Amino acid sequence: MDTFLSALTIVSRWDVIAALIAGSVGGVIIGAIPGVGPAVAIAILLPATFGMEPIVGLTLLLGIYGSALFGGSIPSILINTPGTPVNALTTYDGFPMTKQGQAPRALGLSFGASFFGGIFAVIALVLLSPVLARVAPMFGSREIFLAAFLGCVLVVVAHRGQSLAAGALLMFGLFLNTIGMEANNYTRRFTLDLNFLDQGVNLIVVVLGLFAVSQAFVLLAGKDDMEAAPDIKGNVLGGVLEVFRHKRVATAGSLSGTIMGIIPGVGEFTSQFLSYSYARATSKAPGLFGKGSPEGLVASESANNSVPPAAMVPLLALGIPGEALTAMMLSVFYVHNVIPGPTLFRDHMDFVMALYICLALLNILALAFLLVATRPLLRVLVIPNRFLGMMILTLSFVGIYSLRNSAIDCMLAAAFGLLGVVLKRLNLPLVPIILGMVLGGIMEEKFRTSLPRIRSLYNWIDRPVAMVIFCLICIVLALHLWGLWRDWKGKRDGSVEH
Amino acid sequence: MSDDNAHDLSDLTHPPHHRAEIVFAVASFLVALLLAALWSTETRWIDGQPWSRQPGLWPLIAVVGMLVFGAGELIACLIRNLRRGGGDVAAELGLWLRAGEYVLWFMAYVLITPRLGYLPTTLVFTTLLAFRLGYRGHVLALAPLMGLLIVVAFKAFLAVRIPGGAVYDLLPQGLRNFLVLYL
Repeated sequence: MDTFLSALTIVSRWDVIAALIAGSVGGVIIGAIPGVGPAVAIAILLPATFGMEPIVGLTLLLGIYGSALFGGSIPSILINTPGTPVNALTTYDGFPMTKQGQAPRALGLSFGASFFGGIFAVIALVLLSPVLARVAPMFGSREIFLAAFLGCVLVVVAHRGQSLAAGALLMFGLFLNTIGMEANNYTRRFTLDLNFLDQGVNLIVVVLGLFAVSQAFVLLAGKDDMEAAPDIKGNVLGGVLEVFRHKRVATAGSLSGTIMGIIPGVGEFTSQFLSYSYARATSKAPGLFGKGSPEGLVASESANNSVPPAAMVPLLALGIPGEALTAMMLSVFYVHNVIPGPTLFRDHMDFVMALYICLALLNILALAFLLVATRPLLRVLVIPNRFLGMMILTLSFVGIYSLRNSAIDCMLAAAFGLLGVVLKRLNLPLVPIILGMVLGGIMEEKFRTSLPRIRSLYNWIDRPVAMVIFCLICIVLALHLWGLWRDWKGKRDGSVEH
Repeated sequence: MSDDNAHDLSDLTHPPHHRAEIVFAVASFLVALLLAALWSTETRWIDGQPWSRQPGLWPLIAVVGMLVFGAGELIACLIRNLRRGGGDVAAELGLWLRAGEYVLWFMAYVLITPRLGYLPTTLVFTTLLAFRLGYRGHVLALAPLMGLLIVVAFKAFLAVRIPGGAVYDLLPQGLRNFLVLYL
């Protein structure tokens, strides 16, 4: 109880409240603009949050992360264009409902399911906190090394059909992390005799280049593809309340999102896939899926919105980010010399609890904002794409240049921006590069600190938690290989297209 | 913006293959080969130190990983390109090159800012870029306004660190200080 009261004191500070409102409202607006998305917004805002206290900066970024998915469903439903990549599945049932004249109902269902998923995940995490507080200290260097390795394995196998490209990009990220002066022996690694590389490649520069600058280039090199949203006449609130008629689907979706969010490297797509498949398999009207099924909409939105709170678990408990957005948030901790990990749950439970309260509040704020502002929000859909690209490029400059006032950083970001353009155009994932950089750093450090206690290979897994993680790695790899074998067999029999 | 009525979840789980992926596959494999060739000169192997503590170990793991996955990606790409289509490679390369023009715009913005100052450069940059993009009339007028809002929001309110321009030194002391701090 004392912890909860202490957390409430933190949340009631004016700067935290301001960050909460700015994050949740700003996130909804950013999500509603196709072509921006939370990754771009968080990358741009990241350097600005370095001057704020960790709780303020994280609340702002979490607000954007969590509520962008709410806003992202608006263009998905109304104009068949996902506001954020994660909202792609929402178009499957949302847009057909709009064509059937049920746009307000679809929007309401989507907002309600997002809210359900967000709150479900926060409640699950609050209930899980005592367990995490007990388990987290069991993670020593070996366990964190293995957990980071598991994250690497998962990020590769989660990209079905693109595992080889994902692996190559993950290793490229790992390589980028090794560039610069090596701290233990003071030797240079891959600096190519260029002085600016002695400090290494800055993660924020790579993040901004890959996510923000590349998106600006993609939009600038493309065409203005605006589509006016249809006017929505009707009651959105009715749709919100209708979610409770689909509570089984919403609960299953939220559970899937919570579990998948906790597992590093998996994220929204897998959770939505599982949730949607379950909803379709158990529905009384499976034929309606993809043609305007309310259950399909609830399944996808509840699953994707329960991921952001859950994704904070590996970050806070182990210091391991599960995807790109939490990797960006990790840098907020590092800048303030607050190291997330097992000790955070033990020593600063009030901070963790304050973050959970903020996560719950941002869901309430985002829903309230959408209920009153959906109609005026439709105006952002008519911003021309290339104008948006110009805006993102101008904003990216602030993010990169304010880090160290370095033109070289900007040049590097532009180079990563071009790489991002290529990857985005080819539908290849960007996230493995970021996770490779972050998890690579963690693995190298934990590998080194584990060594004094390692006498044989078996010592890596002779503790219970390490053994469990090792078994998980084996299971994930075995399942992946089995899946590949099934795909190959299916292709040979002609029963599987991919 | 497809208008399909029915969807397949495989659209999400297996993004469509583009033939131009072969360019990425070849380039990434060549980069991996180059890095492998540079490994012995760009890292040190310290005598008497166990392999697990060598500074060159992690770059080696990364480069070998890039080589292995890169070779796999290259082979998989070749097979996919032989089996089926999926886009015009030359057109795709053209689009990548078109994006290159904006790298030049961006770098010009970066290099001029320390000389002309953040606000003036942003106003000029947004106006000229909007003009280049073909905007006229009220959208063109909105471009510098957007630039002004960004500068005020980030430099004046969020106090991000962007130094004043060299030309600010030519201005009277009071105005110079104001511009350095807020614009």
